[in-house]
Amino acid sequence: MSDRVQAPLGARDCEVTDRRATGGYVIVSALDAEGPDPKPGQFYMLSADGWGTHGGRPFLPRAFSVADAERADRGVRLDFLIDAVGPGTSVLAGLERGARLRVTGPLGVPFSPPRELNPDAAGAILVGGGVGIAPLAMLRRELARRAFPTRTLLGFRDREHSGGLELFRCQEVGLASEDGHAGHQGYVTDLLAVALKGPDAHTAAVYACGPPGMLEAVRALCAERGAPVELALETPMACGYGACFGCAVPLADGGYMRLCVEGPVVRGDRIATAIVEGAGHR
Amino acid sequence: MSVRIGSLELEHPVLNGSGTFDAIAARQVFGDALLERFPFAAFVSKTITLEPRAGNPPPRLWETPSGMINSIGLPNKGLEGFLAHDLPQLAELPVPLIVSVMATSRDDFARLVGAVSEREEVAALELNVSCPNVKSGLIVGAEPAETRALCEALRPLTDKPLIVKLTPNVADPAPVARAAEEGGADAVSLINTLRATALDPRTGEPWLGAGSGGLSGAAVKPVALDQVRRVRAAVSLPIIGMGGIESGADALDFLRCGATAVAVGTANFRDPLAGERVRAELEALSEPARSLDLK
Ligand SMILES: Cc1cc2nc3c(=O)[nH]c(=O)nc-3n(C[C@H](O)[C@H](O)[C@H](O)COP(=O)(O)OP(=O)(O)OC[C@H]3O[C@@H](n4cnc5c(N)ncnc54)[C@H](O)[C@@H]3O)c2cc1C
Ligand SMILES: Cc1cc2nc3c(=O)[nH]c(=O)nc-3n(C[C@H](O)[C@H](O)[C@H](O)COP(=O)(O)O)c2cc1C
Ligand code: FES
Repeated sequence: MSDRVQAPLGARDCEVTDRRATGGYVIVSALDAEGPDPKPGQFYMLSADGWGTHGGRPFLPRAFSVADAERADRGVRLDFLIDAVGPGTSVLAGLERGARLRVTGPLGVPFSPPRELNPDAAGAILVGGGVGIAPLAMLRRELARRAFPTRTLLGFRDREHSGGLELFRCQEVGLASEDGHAGHQGYVTDLLAVALKGPDAHTAAVYACGPPGMLEAVRALCAERGAPVELALETPMACGYGACFGCAVPLADGGYMRLCVEGPVVRGDRIATAIVEGAGHR
Repeated sequence: MSVRIGSLELEHPVLNGSGTFDAIAARQVFGDALLERFPFAAFVSKTITLEPRAGNPPPRLWETPSGMINSIGLPNKGLEGFLAHDLPQLAELPVPLIVSVMATSRDDFARLVGAVSEREEVAALELNVSCPNVKSGLIVGAEPAETRALCEALRPLTDKPLIVKLTPNVADPAPVARAAEEGGADAVSLINTLRATALDPRTGEPWLGAGSGGLSGAAVKPVALDQVRRVRAAVSLPIIGMGGIESGADALDFLRCGATAVAVGTANFRDPLAGERVRAELEALSEPARSLDLK
């Protein structure tokens, strides 16, 4: 596993510099004047003005993968891809330019480089579903910078639950949608099954993020074909930095890990299933 | 703004609530900045037990209006694991260490207190009594007689301050606090979380993996203030007050109700430096700075 980039101690304010709708999602960009450059797969705990007021929710900060990060004059620009599914995500997705975004991070461990995940890796395969494409967008750019051969497979449920493709700055991307509005009609794992045919599986480094059901299908398929895989998982999180022990994920050999400390990126063989009680929003 | 908890002298009155800040994980995430700018006057460990515990099945968290319910289930490495792995790292913190312990029998409590208190890295112990005594089946902290007997059994084992963490899940915490005082405790801390349940709106079944859990955060502050006031009227021991503290004004409310010191819990989750902010705000509010020596 790749080393984490450590976070400045404490929550800090960033200025929202841009907000744009993309399909059914929103990309919120903020300027982080004090933080370091995060690595792909790391996340931030976000909150904003009004947290804990109107009706008392949202109260706890919410976890978001960094979808892109770029050094600018006055700090690092952080992009978050947000699917408004509840009170917290709705406040964050509504933040306008000039608003304050409170962040703690970068947190968690990032994706490993492909040759660390699989010493025989000849190419990386990124598998994303829904808003889970966010961390893969940043990983995609990192791999492109290193000229590492990469295939990107993305799946969406329907038009309302899709967006953020522009974050991939378009290399060719394999698309699937359950309603058939884009690409292959069906699941993104159908595309992965084809990509992992025969000996290709042993020279692949697979990275996946998406809804629990998709991740579990990816985990099981990779296990069956012998393809090393890293999954960016989700659980409810109260703190994001190891304080609450709330983000427990069962380990394959018994016991639990704290996902915010040992994850969110986890090797497929460390878990028995990617379906974690309480995670996901479908 | 120094305070005393028994023989323990603290630079200021803001601690962390047990189980709401993991100094070892935080150092991994934030680096040595944590040591240079430690947010609390003392560090209270997460509760440890004699044997290792994995904790409760997920989900372990539920957000409520201005609060949260947790059913974490005291995951910890057990006494041996704590002494071998955690204690050396906690000894590097720039503040005194208070170790929280829990057991389901007096004998097990005694083994924990004996083994932990003989370590020089440990400044004080907190007894988490929100647990049943397996012999009597009674929640120790809900029964004055159980609490008193436990304190009397443990008192001779150590000269270090013993803090009894009271449970709020009782009709009146004052008799239990008095029993702790009579049994020889040096201080009491309160409140622990309030027993609570949430239902999954999709299924109507309990949401938490353990079925129910404990409520904390801003929502519980009025309950905590009331309990601190009742306990203050009953005992002369130092009181560490907690429950929903998010600001210096909240902390001052606890001091006004008779607390000697305060602890920040759930607010740490929104900002790892919440404790530092609470202390700064409290200092600005309570002038002239005075020593709150109640013992
Ligand atoms: C590491 C990580 C990275 C993530 N990255 C992204 C990302 O890039 N983009 C994105 O859009 N999302 C991301 N998420 C998911 C995002 O954090 C959640 O969608 C968000 O927390 C939901 O908050 P909410 O207030 O909008 O919804 P809520 O409905 O409050 O959901 C909060 C969590 O609590 C549980 N819950 C459901 N209903 C309730 C309720 N009524 N009360 C209390 N709890 C409830 C659920 O388990 C849910 O996950 C990520 C999550 C993790 C852990
Ligand atoms: C996630 C979580 C874990 C906790 N774990 C412990 C624990 O291990 N031992 C203990 O005595 N109290 C534990 N508590 C209780 C807190 O220390 C504190 O008493 C309570 O949360 C009230 O304070 P707050 O509202 O500021 O959080 C825990 C609370 C939370 C929210
Ligand atoms: S979210 Fe609090 S420990 Fe992981």
